[in-house]
Amino acid sequence: MTAAATPAASPATTGEQPGVRLARSRRNAELSLLLLAMVLVAAYGATVEATMLDTVTPDFWIPAAALSAVFLGLHLVIRFLAPFADPALLPAVALLNGLGVGFLRRLDLDEATPAAREGLAVFAGTGGRQLAWTLVSVILAAGLLVLMRDHRSVSRYAYTLGLAGIVLVMIPAVLPGRFSEINGAKLWIKFGDTFSIQPGEFAKLALLVFFAYYLVRKREVLSLASRRFLGIDFPRGRDLGPVVVVWLISLLVLVFEKDLGTSLLYFGMFVVTLYIATERVSWLIIGLVLFFGGAYLAYVLGDLVGGPFANFYLRAEIWLDPFADPHNDGYQLVQGLLALGTGGLFGAGPGGGQPGLLPEVQNDFIFAGLGEEIGLFGLSALLVIYLLIVERGLRAALAVRDSFGKLVAGGLAFTLGLQVFVIVGGISKLIPLTGQTTPFLSAGGSSLMANWLLIAVLLRVSDGAHRPVTGGGGPARGSGGPPEQLHGAPTEVIRP
Amino acid sequence: MNAPLRRAGIVVMVLFGLLFANLNWIQAYKADEYRNSDYNGRVQVAEYERKRGNIEAGGTALATSKDTGGKLKFLRTYPGGAEYAHVLGYKPVNLAETGIERVEDEFLAGTSDQLIGDRIKDLFTGDQTGGGNVLLSLSKKAQDAAYNQLRNNTLGIKRGAAIAIDPRTGAVQALVSMPSFDPNPLASHDSAKATAAYNELEQDENGPLKNRALGEVLPPGSTFKIVVAAAALENGVGKETKIPAGPSYTAPTSGTPIRNAAASICPEDQVTLMEAVTESCNTGFAQLGVRLGADVIKEKARQFGFEQEDLTVGQLGESGLPVAASRTGDMQNPDGGTDPAALAQSSIGQNNVRMTPLQGAMIAAAVANKDGKQMRPYLVRQLLGPDRTTSYYTAEPRELRQPISGQVAGDLRDMMVSVVENGTGTKARINGYTVGGKTGTAQSAPDRPDHGWFIGFVLDKNGTPISAVCVELEQAGPGGSAEAARIAGKIMQAVVSDPGSR
Repeated sequence: MTAAATPAASPATTGEQPGVRLARSRRNAELSLLLLAMVLVAAYGATVEATMLDTVTPDFWIPAAALSAVFLGLHLVIRFLAPFADPALLPAVALLNGLGVGFLRRLDLDEATPAAREGLAVFAGTGGRQLAWTLVSVILAAGLLVLMRDHRSVSRYAYTLGLAGIVLVMIPAVLPGRFSEINGAKLWIKFGDTFSIQPGEFAKLALLVFFAYYLVRKREVLSLASRRFLGIDFPRGRDLGPVVVVWLISLLVLVFEKDLGTSLLYFGMFVVTLYIATERVSWLIIGLVLFFGGAYLAYVLGDLVGGPFANFYLRAEIWLDPFADPHNDGYQLVQGLLALGTGGLFGAGPGGGQPGLLPEVQNDFIFAGLGEEIGLFGLSALLVIYLLIVERGLRAALAVRDSFGKLVAGGLAFTLGLQVFVIVGGISKLIPLTGQTTPFLSAGGSSLMANWLLIAVLLRVSDGAHRPVTGGGGPARGSGGPPEQLHGAPTEVIRP
Repeated sequence: MNAPLRRAGIVVMVLFGLLFANLNWIQAYKADEYRNSDYNGRVQVAEYERKRGNIEAGGTALATSKDTGGKLKFLRTYPGGAEYAHVLGYKPVNLAETGIERVEDEFLAGTSDQLIGDRIKDLFTGDQTGGGNVLLSLSKKAQDAAYNQLRNNTLGIKRGAAIAIDPRTGAVQALVSMPSFDPNPLASHDSAKATAAYNELEQDENGPLKNRALGEVLPPGSTFKIVVAAAALENGVGKETKIPAGPSYTAPTSGTPIRNAAASICPEDQVTLMEAVTESCNTGFAQLGVRLGADVIKEKARQFGFEQEDLTVGQLGESGLPVAASRTGDMQNPDGGTDPAALAQSSIGQNNVRMTPLQGAMIAAAVANKDGKQMRPYLVRQLLGPDRTTSYYTAEPRELRQPISGQVAGDLRDMMVSVVENGTGTKARINGYTVGGKTGTAQSAPDRPDHGWFIGFVLDKNGTPISAVCVELEQAGPGGSAEAARIAGKIMQAVVSDPGSR
C-alpha cells in the first residue's frame, strides 16, 4: 500500500479499479531484484565449484556476469518500452534461468575429466549452450516487446496464429518416428542428430492467442445460451463444437505423440480460458470429465488392445508402481525418487549430489537433480518462485482492462503453472510421468524461447494494465488500437 | 472475468500445494527409505569413496582396496585369488557381499559404531579415514597346503573341502572348498562383467560358490564311528572289550546285509573296540549301534555338535559365516519304535546321517583335547583400526561344549592314533608327532562313487594338540579316504611348521 501513500504519482488514477495500481514504473525495484538474483546465481556457481573442484576458480563469476548482461539488456528494453510492467517477473524468471544454466554447467563439470574441469570454458557443454539459448531467447523476448507495443494488436493475427498452432502441433505427429520421436514421445522435429526443436512449445503460445480471440468473440453465446441440468447450466450442443475439436486434438496428441503431458496442457489451457471467458463452472466440469474419461479410456484400451495406447498404459502402470520394474520400465522414475529422497530436507549442497545417476537429468529430471542438491527447502523456494510468476501473471490479467488481455495473460500464466505441475508432479510420482520440460530450467532452446516469449507477453499485458490511461504514453493507437470486438469487458471502464 | 481468474489462481495454488505436500512426503517422510534403497547407486559411490580396510592373515593382505581414480574410487582386490575365496567372500558393487566381507562389512567399511571416532574426526578434518582392518586366524602355510593339496589331489577329484582348527582355541587354521573361484572379477566396477562372472559361477555344475567346508553336508561314513565309540565307552564298553563282529551282519528286520570294506577286515566273531576302530569294522559298529540304541547315539552325536543350527564362524559371539547343521536323521520307525536296519546303517555313518567337514574337525578336536572339550570355532583373530595400532577386538577363545569326559577322550585318542599307526589312516603320519584320525568311506548314491573322508588331529611330544582337521573328497571312489588322509597329513604338517600362526 505504499503506492497509495505517494500522492500525485499520476493524475489519472482517481477512478482506480480493483487490481489496477497507481501508475508507477517500479523499474528500480526490478533492477535491484534482478541484481540480487544474479548474485544468487553467482553464489550458486561458486558453491558448485567449491564442492566439485575444492576451489573456486577466478572465472566463476563469468556465467553469472554474462547472464546479468543479457538480463540487464532486457531490463533496459522494459524500462523504455514497457515501463509499467510487473517488476517481479523478470527477476524471478532470471533467477530460475540462471540457476538452470548453473546446474547444467554443474552437469558438464561432472562429465568432464578431472583435468579438464578447472579450465571448462564458459560456453562449453550443455551449460554453455543453455547460456547461448538464453541470449537468443531474451533477444526474442525483447524483440516481441519492441514489435508488440500493445498486446491487443496480436488479436489481428489470431486466425493465422491458430492455424500455425495446429500445424505446429500436428507436425511431429505426422512425421515418421525417426524424425520426431525421442524417448518414446513424438514431440520433436529433428534436424540430423544434433538439432531438434519442440514445436509444441510454440504452439502453446499461438493456440492460446487464438483461443483468447475466439472466446472473446463467442463468450456471450457460450455463457448465455444454455440448458439447466442438475442445477448446473450446460451449454447448447452446437456451442460445444470447438471444445470437442480441441478435445479431439489433445487426445490425438495423446495417442499419436504419445504424450499425456502436452495433451493435458493443451486441454487444461483451453478449458481454463473457456472458463475464464464464460465464468461457467459447467465448462470446467465438462472439461475435466472429458479429459479424465479420455485418459481412463486410453488406459483401458492400452491394456486391452495396446497399439497406440500401449505407451500411455505403460506410463500409468509405472506411475502406479515404479518399483515393480526398477531396472527397466520404472528406472527413470525410481532414480528420480531416489535422488529426491537422498537430497532430503537440506540436500547434498550444490555440486554435492550424483546427478549422473539420473537419466535425462538435463531435461525432464532437472528438478529431481536439483532436489538432490538443494533439498526440500531449495525445491520449495523454486516452487514459490514459479508460483510467484504464475500469480503475477494472473494479477496482470486481473488488472488489465480488456477481455482479450485478460484471457491471454490468465491463460498463459495458468498454463505455465500447469506445466510446472505436470512435470514436477510427474517426476515426484504425483501424476503419471510425461515428457514435459521444466520451464526456464531444462536444457533446450525451444522451451526456453517459448517461455521467454510467454514472459514477454505477460510483461506487455502487465504494462498495459498498469499504464496510466490518460497522459502522453497511453495505449499506442498507432498499432491499430483495440479490435472492436473487445467491447463489453466489465473492467474496461476508462476509455481514452 | 475477474472471479474465474481469481479461482484459477486458487487452483494453481492448490496444485502447487499438492506438489509441495508430495515433495514433503518424498524428501522428508520417505527420505531414509529412498536414501538407503538397494537401487540407489549413491550409496555405493559414497561407500567406495572411503578406503575399505584390509583383510589379512599372518601379515599378508588377502583383501585390499586400490585407488582407481574412477567414479567408484576404490577397487576391491584379492591378491590371493581363489585360494581364500570361501573365507573372504567378495564385495561386489551390485550384489550382496559374502564371507568375511559380509560378516565384518561395517568395520571394514568404517561405518561400524566402533569407528565412530574416525567419522567425527573426518567431519572436522575433511579427510576420509579408511575402514578398519580384519586379521584372520588362518595360517598361510596351512591354507597353502590345504588349497594346493586339495586342488592337485592324486585322484583328480573336482569337489571337496578341508578345514583345520586349533583344538585348544577353536581358531580356524585353514579353510578350503573345492572348486574355488577367483573373487576379483566379481568385485569389478564394470557391473556387466561382474554379473557375467557371477552367472558363470552360479551355473557351474560343480558349484564353486558353495562353501563345502561349512555349508554342505554329506554322509560321514566311518568317521561317525568315533561318535558311536564314544557312546559305547560311556556305556560300559572298554577299548579292549570284545564286541561282536564278523564278515557280514544283517539287522533283524532287514534283508540287506552290512559287510566290511574288505574281506580281511574283522572276519572274526569278536574284535576289541580298539581293533574295530583301527580296521574300521562295519559289522562290529552296526551291532554296537543296535545294542546301544538310537537314543544313545543321537544324544552322543548331539553332544558332539550335531543338530546345532545357529553356529557361525567369524567373530566370537558375533555373526559369522553360517554353518549348516549336521544331522543324525531318522534311525527309528515313524512311531518311535526301533528300526534296527536303519540304526545299523546310521551307526556306520550311512542312512540319513549327514555331516559338515567343520563338524568332523570338531569331533577330532574334542578327542584331541585332554579334557574332551570343544572350543567355539572362529576366523577373526583381531580387529585393528585404520591406524593399525588401536585394537578394537581380540579373540578370546570360548568353550563351546564338552561332548566327552577326559577319560573317554583319552581312550578315543588311543584308538584314533592306532588308526594312523596301524590301520586305515597311515597316510596321515607325520614324523616326530603323534597323529590320530579316522577314515570314512560313504556311499552317496547306488550308481555314484563313494565319498572319501578323514578326520584327525596332531599332538606334539607333550601330547598338546596342535591341529584338528577334516578333509572330504566328494564322490572320490576307491582310495578316496586314503587320499583324504594324505591331504590331512600335509595340512597338519604345515600347521606344525608354522608355529607363528598358533
